Amino acid sequence: MSSGEPAEADPLDRLRDSDVTLIVGGLAALYLAYVLVGIVAGLSPRGIFATITQLTLLITIYAMLTLALNLHWGYTGLFNIGIVGFMAVGGYTFLMVTMPVAEPAARSAGGLGLPFVVGLVGAVVAAALLGFVVGLPSLRLRADYLAITTIAMSEIVRYFYQSNAFQEVELGGILLGTGGGSGLVGGYTTPFDTYVYDAGWFEGVVEFVDTTFQISGTLGPNIETLFDALVLVVVVVGFYWLLKRTGESPFGRVLKAIREDEDVAGALGKDTGRFKMKSFMLGCALMGLAGALYVFFQLGNTVNPTVFRPRLTFFVWVALILGGAGSNTGSVLGAALFVGVLFRGPLYLKNAIENLVEFPDAPDTVAGGLSGFLSLDPVPFIAFLFDNMGSLRIILLGVVLIVLMKRRPQGLLGHRTETAAAVPLVPVETATPSSVAGSDGAEATDGGRVDTGQVDNEGVDGGGEGS
Amino acid sequence: MTTADPTVEDSEDEPTLKLEVETAELSAVPLRVEDLEKRFGGITAVDGASFEVERGTITGLIGPNGAGKSTTFNCITGFHRPDAGSVYFDDEDVTGRAPHELARAGLVRTFQIARELGEMTVMENMMLAPKNQSGETLWRSVLPGTRDGVRDQETVNLERTWRTLEFFELDHLWNEQAGNLSGGQRKLLEMARVLMTDPKVVLLDEPLAGVNPSLEARLLEHLHELADRGYTFLLVEHDMDVIMEHCEHVIVMHQGKVLAEGEPAAIRDNEEVIDAYLGEDV
Ligand SMILES: Nc1ncnc2c1ncn2[C@@H]1O[C@H](COP(=O)(O)OP(=O)(O)OP(=O)(O)O)[C@@H](O)[C@H]1O
Ligand SMILES: [Mg+2]
Repeated sequence: MSSGEPAEADPLDRLRDSDVTLIVGGLAALYLAYVLVGIVAGLSPRGIFATITQLTLLITIYAMLTLALNLHWGYTGLFNIGIVGFMAVGGYTFLMVTMPVAEPAARSAGGLGLPFVVGLVGAVVAAALLGFVVGLPSLRLRADYLAITTIAMSEIVRYFYQSNAFQEVELGGILLGTGGGSGLVGGYTTPFDTYVYDAGWFEGVVEFVDTTFQISGTLGPNIETLFDALVLVVVVVGFYWLLKRTGESPFGRVLKAIREDEDVAGALGKDTGRFKMKSFMLGCALMGLAGALYVFFQLGNTVNPTVFRPRLTFFVWVALILGGAGSNTGSVLGAALFVGVLFRGPLYLKNAIENLVEFPDAPDTVAGGLSGFLSLDPVPFIAFLFDNMGSLRIILLGVVLIVLMKRRPQGLLGHRTETAAAVPLVPVETATPSSVAGSDGAEATDGGRVDTGQVDNEGVDGGGEGS
Repeated sequence: MTTADPTVEDSEDEPTLKLEVETAELSAVPLRVEDLEKRFGGITAVDGASFEVERGTITGLIGPNGAGKSTTFNCITGFHRPDAGSVYFDDEDVTGRAPHELARAGLVRTFQIARELGEMTVMENMMLAPKNQSGETLWRSVLPGTRDGVRDQETVNLERTWRTLEFFELDHLWNEQAGNLSGGQRKLLEMARVLMTDPKVVLLDEPLAGVNPSLEARLLEHLHELADRGYTFLLVEHDMDVIMEHCEHVIVMHQGKVLAEGEPAAIRDNEEVIDAYLGEDV
């Protein structure tokens, strides 16, 4: 729980100017906490390394989802609580497009056997189309109706994939299908296998690392995860870039206006329905892409319907609320904090503490846990709590949310204004060459108009100005 | 009109504000309302109102509280669908058109209770308004090749925004969240913003409520300038001095109906209007 993030609360205020500092600093603090805890608990370096690479992988997925949700909620005020539905459609579409075509004699469904990239494009398009279908009736209604529609949609999607009605479908001679309750297993050779994991250069890297660090066994699988994580970091950077540009533009300005007061945007001649639809579809497409990447990288190119339960949607919302709706940088930080501290943190701590302290077997029931108190022995209870850390952290999540809502409802960075314009919105020098105030109080006349001191604070990407 | 504080007004000339469009080319009667009716449950807010607004005028719309003035505005600008009657903009029947379509055609309005975009800065509020912003197309804003064009347009709009802000004496608030403005400042922002859309006909719902006298005079002067260039204003205002002095034509509403209309002097002496609205001592 206390993995380092209170320490960064203070410098946070000072380093606010730079997004990169914020994100990199936040991640560094998180990783440092993990490493320190690991060292103190005497976990093996390989274990710590594995934990951190997996952590990074999950953070990137959540960062993508949170960024997409930020477009919906933070920018446009669209209350989408069906995130997992768009992920599911993305993930399933990806697999169904890329899996090899089923052999004629095969009993189980195959895919379309198309290339990896086509699978990703398919995921994006499918999720965007679903967004269109969902948005068409509900975007013109009040916000709460969109919420109801999206959550219902996400459950419909899950039941659709779970049902065996579409387990196998013959389509133009090709045996396609969703796999029903047991899902789909990719099991084919991906470009990543060919060009990375099984390639000579990669084996060379692994051999180099193994010999350098003298670790018993091989770090091969961990380096594969690290590679995956780095690929996903690049994708997150892409998401961030795209959404930053989207936000810092006249388009983003209209979205913000819709969030604030849709009628005003309409009164100023903006076709709010179209803008909402575009924003919604773009966000859904990105959620679909994140879903596909989740399936490929996190789930090992397999998928089954139980993955896509509504709690995933809820988690993404927690990440956004933590980071601060309306801020892209906050979204990434929120995702890191959520995964690192709230989601994986408790389990890691449990792991670490168990490595230090020998626990007796945990009782199976609450009653068993409490029974120790009769003899004033708290150990069974603590052991019980530890054994149920997976569920306990959900309680922790709730507590954090409540505290946050009371103390800092705008989240970590929600107060920060990410200006919606393609150029810095600063005062324009009005041309008054005649009256150069040489006589007296020169600074008094200039000071009021062009307050460059304030401008510098605001210039989030002042560097992008030069042409 | 000189401002008290000499440091602000260092250059002699008053900031002037020019709209980018040419003189609005409209018919002689750009706005016409026929037998407009709007009911809310049992209340008939607008009850068969008909009137015309002539081009290049500042026309006053007055009447007691609840007379149906704001509801009429809402029906004209597409925020409410009238139960009966029609609205003609530039001789075209536009009844029931969406607000954004009308705004794009040049028929815009301000809200009686200012509706600033609270969590956007004053600058962002203003920059939202200009028409035909190429960057409102998503791909143009995102793709590297087209974004330069978007930036150029933003720079142009920014300059105009700044001039307008100076004119409305809001420039010192440029980076303030609109939600932090005072009541009068919000009204100013709303009016400044709507003028940024290059309108042809502007419906102003009590735009001067809470605006300080010197600025009020300058704004009215500006409205006259614009009116002389062909812009048309329909102004709801409870301050009879403003109506008498600045409107060429006055429409009086009472209980959803047009009670009287005519020149200010005639309205002032109209018995019915005195009974319903003005009272004895005007
Ligand atoms: N959305 C609404 N729902 C129900 N009744 C409404 C609505 N809008 C207005 N009314 C009613 O319609 C009548 C006319 O209201 P309107 O706001 O048009 O008056 P007004 O002339 O603008 O008054 P004021 O000078 O006080 O602004 C009032 O009786 C009001 O209660
Ligand atoms: Mg009114």
